[in-house]
Amino acid sequence: MSARVLSLEQPAERLGASRELRRYVRAYARSASSMAGLVIVAVFVVVAGIGPWIVPYPEDARGAVHLERKLQPPSAAHWLGTDEVGNDVYTRVILGARVSLQIGLIITVVAALLGVPLGIVAGHVGGRVGETIMRVTDVFLSVPALVLALAVVGALGPSILNAMIALSLVWWPGYVRLVQAKTLALGQETFVEAARASGAGRLRIVLVHLLPNCVSPIVVKGSMDMGAAILAAASLGFIGLGAQPPYPEWGAMISHGRNYLPTWWWYSAFPGLAIYLTVLGFNLVGDGLRDLLDPKSLA
Amino acid sequence: MLFGLLCLTFAISHVVPGDPARLAAGPDANESMVQTLRAKYGLDRPLGVQFVRYLGGVATGDLGQSLRSRNAVLDDLLRYFPNTFELVTLALLLAVVVGVPLGMLSAVYQNTWIDHVTRVVSVSGVALPAFWLGLMLQLLVALHLGWLPLGGRLGLTAAPPGPITHLLFVDALLRGEWRTFADAAAHAVLPVVTLCFPALASIMRVNRAEMLETLRQDYIVTARAQGFSGFRVVTRYALRNAMIPTLTMIGLRYGWMLGGTVLVETVFDWPGIGLYAVNAAVSSDFQPIMGVTLVIGLNFMLANLLVDLAYGWLDPRIRRASVR
Repeated sequence: MSARVLSLEQPAERLGASRELRRYVRAYARSASSMAGLVIVAVFVVVAGIGPWIVPYPEDARGAVHLERKLQPPSAAHWLGTDEVGNDVYTRVILGARVSLQIGLIITVVAALLGVPLGIVAGHVGGRVGETIMRVTDVFLSVPALVLALAVVGALGPSILNAMIALSLVWWPGYVRLVQAKTLALGQETFVEAARASGAGRLRIVLVHLLPNCVSPIVVKGSMDMGAAILAAASLGFIGLGAQPPYPEWGAMISHGRNYLPTWWWYSAFPGLAIYLTVLGFNLVGDGLRDLLDPKSLA
Repeated sequence: MLFGLLCLTFAISHVVPGDPARLAAGPDANESMVQTLRAKYGLDRPLGVQFVRYLGGVATGDLGQSLRSRNAVLDDLLRYFPNTFELVTLALLLAVVVGVPLGMLSAVYQNTWIDHVTRVVSVSGVALPAFWLGLMLQLLVALHLGWLPLGGRLGLTAAPPGPITHLLFVDALLRGEWRTFADAAAHAVLPVVTLCFPALASIMRVNRAEMLETLRQDYIVTARAQGFSGFRVVTRYALRNAMIPTLTMIGLRYGWMLGGTVLVETVFDWPGIGLYAVNAAVSSDFQPIMGVTLVIGLNFMLANLLVDLAYGWLDPRIRRASVR
């Protein structure tokens, strides 16, 4: 009997979930700016994925030298011009998408993996442990992330790996603050009290009741953070503390290109445009997701 | 919080894997040179001893010595901080003066062209890399049009005014040196606009959202029904209530702007603590970076304190609650 009830209920649940998902997709698609963001992000991800196979001069990513074609303006052969050693700027911008996607993903995922558990402990367990976590979080949040990352890279030495480590180390407090506030609010909800009263253990409450309800704001913050992390890593690259030449990273390319302004403007203009469009795309997607999943928040 | 900040700067400089002595000694240094530096800076002592020495140093204003400038870090910070303070303050003022009215207009004229333009600016502002925006402004306004200088704090021919407050604008005004003031202003336009743009976008965005929320409240409808003019209702009743979250954003943005100076000062060769920190980080000069981190953290805390005080000034309910 119970098996029959289950078999009847499961498809209905699945049907409800898929209907809910369709409703969300329709609501998201109604916003032109959210869709524009999604298109930009989709193009960025595709370009990052297939970049090495579509670029005209793949060897230019590894710092090949072609002095005979250095600093050429945009043309049919070199759509975005060439740099001071004759590398194709279009090739390097396209391959830079993959680098930026990796950087953004690693920083955001590591920050969430560090911040979410700490936030849940601070909000759900509370007490001295929770208090300590929140005080440490506040201290980290009292210094702008870029300055803190600069200090950490200063200690570790400039490289793209160290820039990613530094940014991951300074990015988690935002997740702690977010998840702690959400967990505290959820702790007062009837369904959590009911679970507690029915004898559910702490771990079960966290995994079954708290964590799933924190997913929406985490997803919203994650999509916003992808853009912000790409921007921060490019900033470190620009000041010479991130990726080192000849690595095709957008911030480092702008940094080198600035020495060739104003005559050879394309060298720094196009990598900057790529950063702007990518960050814009992630911000628009984040905005759209927030309107849909977490409309009360303002951040 | 202050103690926490000190712990953090100490942890970065002493606990993060990496060897400050080796970095300071340079790639060609041999082991004995590194050991000498380690002993000189007390890096061979136990961590607890180093921490106590670090706290004692900070308490007496000893933030170490810059390997690059050979000056005491505190002296360098006192020299460069006023420039950064002027840059950030001007940028924040511009962001507030432009961002708040635009956010308000955007909400009042929702879904009109004003609203659309404002929203495009606010979305773009947060996504634009400040260093790239700065370079493009330099390219267009300074190099192509030749309207404004490329960078620096003053032109080569202008002499800085005799120091009174060490704030260049204020000193030039106090001494009546108008040409120096104008020259400083011309040099400040592009860095201030570059630094202010992301903050302006955020402030505008939050103010718009809050104004939209506030304009739907019953007391606004009542005020309108009682015949108060639209301007009075918007500025006196709606804006004042919408300002609390906007103020939070302004406080947050002040901190982010201090971080942003690292990039903007690098682009415009602005002699502030941001450029000082970048030059130090690039040449592995460790003490100045820690000094700048500490100063920026302290300023951010102070800004948040001022924002908390401003809440009470703006909202009588908060004022009364704190008195009780």
